Formats: sequence, C-alpha cells, structure tokens
Amino acid sequence: MRTKQTYKALLLLVLSASFSAVAAEATVTDSDRIEQYREMISDGNPAEFDEMRGEELWKKAAGPNKVSLEQCDLGKGAGVVKGAYSEMPRFFKDTNKVQDLESRLLTCMTTLQGFTEDEITAKPFASDKKQSDISSLTTYVVGQSKGIKMAVSTKHPKVKEAYEIGKRIFNYRAGPYDFACSTCHATTGVRIRMQDLPNLSHNKKDAQSAYTTWPAYRVSQGQTRSFQWRLNDCFRQQRFPEPKFASEATVALTTFLAVSANGAEFAGPGLKR
Amino acid sequence: MANPMKIRATAKEGVTEVKILMQHEMETGLRKDADGTLIPAWFITEVKAQYQGRTVMEAQFGQSVSKNPYLLFRFKGGAAGEKVSVSWVDNKGESRTDEATIAA
Amino acid sequence: MSNEIDLSRRKVLKASGGVGLLALLGGIGLFRPSDALAEWNKAAFSSKAMDEALAGLGATTPEANAAGIQLTVPEIAENGSVVPVTVSSSLANVEQISILVDKNPNVLAASFTLPQGTEAFVTTRVKMGQTANVVAIVKADGKFYRTAKEVKVTAGGCGG
Repeated sequence: MRTKQTYKALLLLVLSASFSAVAAEATVTDSDRIEQYREMISDGNPAEFDEMRGEELWKKAAGPNKVSLEQCDLGKGAGVVKGAYSEMPRFFKDTNKVQDLESRLLTCMTTLQGFTEDEITAKPFASDKKQSDISSLTTYVVGQSKGIKMAVSTKHPKVKEAYEIGKRIFNYRAGPYDFACSTCHATTGVRIRMQDLPNLSHNKKDAQSAYTTWPAYRVSQGQTRSFQWRLNDCFRQQRFPEPKFASEATVALTTFLAVSANGAEFAGPGLKR
Repeated sequence: MANPMKIRATAKEGVTEVKILMQHEMETGLRKDADGTLIPAWFITEVKAQYQGRTVMEAQFGQSVSKNPYLLFRFKGGAAGEKVSVSWVDNKGESRTDEATIAA
Repeated sequence: MSNEIDLSRRKVLKASGGVGLLALLGGIGLFRPSDALAEWNKAAFSSKAMDEALAGLGATTPEANAAGIQLTVPEIAENGSVVPVTVSSSLANVEQISILVDKNPNVLAASFTLPQGTEAFVTTRVKMGQTANVVAIVKADGKFYRTAKEVKVTAGGCGG
C-alpha cells in the first residue's frame, strides 16, 4: 500500500517535472538567449586594459605643468578615487558647477596639468587608430566604484536643478525625426531588432542596470566606451547635433540618469555587444 | 611594444585554472580601412603556457580568434604562490611574455 | 594521416615566411628550437573549406561523437565578433582540441595542444561572419572525433 502510494507520488512528481520542463522550454525567449550570451562573455573583459592604461595616466606626470592627477579632487577629497564615481555628478565649489566625471577630469587636466581644453576635447573618444587619454582615465576611475552603491545626492539646489533639466532633455522631442530619448527609453517591453530597450524613466531596475554597466567595452567596436560617448550615440541616432564634450546638457542628462540608478551597486566597466 | 596580458591563475582541489586575456588587434586581413585599403592580417599565431619549466598548454590561433583574445584552461597540480608564465607570438614576429602568481 | 602533417610542415618550412618566422622566434629566445614541437600550421589555418582544414589538421574523417565532446556555445550571439566557445571532452587521452567555423573565410580558428596533466577543457572566443556551425575536433588516443553546434549571429540594435 505504502509502496503503491509512493509510486503514485513519484509518478506525479515525474509528470509534473516533465510538464514544467516543457513549459520552461516553451518560454525560452530570444531575450533569454541573449542574456545567456551576455553571461557567457562576462568573464575576461578587455575594458580591464583600459583601466590599467587609465591608472598609469592618472599617476603619471603630464602636461605643461608635469604633474600627475593624484591631486585631482573628484568630490571625496584630493586624490580619492575609490567610490568617487558612484556619487557623481555632484556640485563642485571651485568651479561653481555640477560636474560629471568627464567634465571634472577636464577641469583637473586643465587646472592641474595645464592642458588646454581644446587639446583634450578635440578627440575625446578612442578610435581604431588612436586611444583617448580622458576616456581611459574615465574607465579607471569608474572601475574604482565597482561594487559600491550609487548614491548621487540631489540635496544641493544646483544638482536638483541639473536633475530637472536632465529629465526635460530626456523627454524633449525635436530634430528631423521628432525624437526624444523617451521615444525609445520610457516604455517597458520594446526593442530594436533583438535588443530589449531599457525603460530608463519608469522602471527603476532597467534604469539601474543600464547606468551601472556603463562605461563598457563594446565588442562590436573593440573599444571601451564612456558614458558621454553613449549619450552622444543616442543623440546621433536621434539626428540631433553632437553635444559639446562635457557640456551642461550632457551633465544634466547624466545627473538625471545617475540619480535614477541610485541604490544599485555600480558594476562597470561593463561588456556589451 | 606589445601590451601586457592579464593572467589569473587559481589553484583549487589539485587543479590550476588559468585565464588569460591578451591585448591584440587580431586583424583578419579581410577588412578595409576608411580609404578602402585592405588592412593587412595581423594576429597572434601561437600561445604557450608554462609551469615550472614545462609546457602545460600550447595553442595555435588563426585570423578568426576575437580581438583581445581570451583563453581558459586547467592543468593538474600547481599551488598558491607558484608561477605560471604565458608567451605569445604574432605573424609579424612580435611577442610578449607575462607571468602570474597562482592564487588559492 | 601523418603524411598529411609532414607535407604541410614541409610546405611551411619551404615558404620563406615560415623560415623567417622560426628564425626570428629562435632569435628572440622566446621559442627555443627544441620547443618548436609544432610550428604554426599554415596549411590548416589558411584553409578556406572544412575538408581542407580537417586535412591540414590530419583529421580527414573524424568520427562523430556528440557524447564524448561537450561543446558549449551560445544559441544566439549578440555580436559575431565575440562568440564564446568552450570545448571539453570525457574521452581518454585527449591530446588536441580544435575549433572551426564552417562559414568563416578561414575555417580553422584555434587549435590547442594539451600535454599529459592538462585537462581536456578550453574556452576561447572566436569571430563569426554569419550564422554558422561551430565545429569541435578532439584528438584522443591518436584518433579524431567531431561534434558541431549552430550559432545564430544577429545584427545588433542601437542601445546597450
């Protein structure tokens, strides 16, 4: 009797297991498969080389003043790199501005090292032929916030203002296509070709996972790309004019997106298609 | 000069796992630049890993290994504090050797 | 089979490029002549077709063996420039593992020589121009075995 019952129970178990297996198989979507691919390439990120390069540049005396960036204040005191990125953008007294990492590096490279702004911003992004110092520095600094929770404060009125402006830019429809960031990134469940588009304004989880994985090594380009580069690419796709490097507009948009990611552990530099 | 590799070696239960990330363009020789000129092939042809003077892995690569090649393999033996060295050469004769200390 | 290898080696040695490369390697002291057990298999790596590449490896008619070879590839590669491939084998005495992509301009991607004491387990990343079969060839106890899996290569969207 007992054996029979056990047998029955076992049979049920096997049946239900096989049913759920079938069900699971039927629901494997292309998004899951892409997730599987991303998981498989997550180890061994070539962005590490850019971090190494950036660290060397940070510590190397350079520019007309022949000094390193080790006295650069990223908001947590001169030379403090650890955890700096997860609190940026922030307000800086010396410049009386809200600055994201890239605009702050620009300040340090001009004021401390004596470079001119034009020298740095002429080619701020890496190409096949030339690496970009400011981009590598960015990769190094963000890597030092890995595992640290995003905590961008909007207490300062200027940061709050930047956040609000950034939100408006995010929703601002213009250009030949009458496009806004929100056209693609404010709805859940939309995609371009195979890629799911993160909903950056109404879905906390999407906003967090997108922001905390940039900068990223783009396998399709074989380059580590900064957050400013990513924003510029969005503007390009909207057929907007390219924003000036470290402009107030991109700092504002970055503030909006960074604040939206608050609470999540920073995970960059990432590795993307 | 060729750029350094990242090597991570970890010993666990009598097996050492070695992960190698190399910096190399791995140009196929089939791509054209912006002017339409063919970019010559430039790729790593051989990789060799050594532990205590003996070869523990030898690889030959062709053009279709990805840019910045990644490689993972495992060999029996190895203990924390010991060294693993990895060398590569490419089709132009450039080379690079790096060493890593095995972690527990 | 072994004739094939000898032939291709001779070809490599005859080609001035091959000699130059070997001489150079010897010169910089990276690969001592005694280490040069297997010089770069130019014939196999230059092959444009699967048959040719297999011949170059000395594996003209590998035996299909899906059970003895574990080939792990993604079903979909979000980008063809980086396709992760892991090959492991439960066969005894695995000496060599090779990874090929049947529709690539150069079919053979990588070939690993695994001495005694090294596990039959390798992971690397390959480029794929289009949806194709990734083929793993394992040489164990002097014999060649084969398995394959298809990887769909997609064109990417814009975001990330």
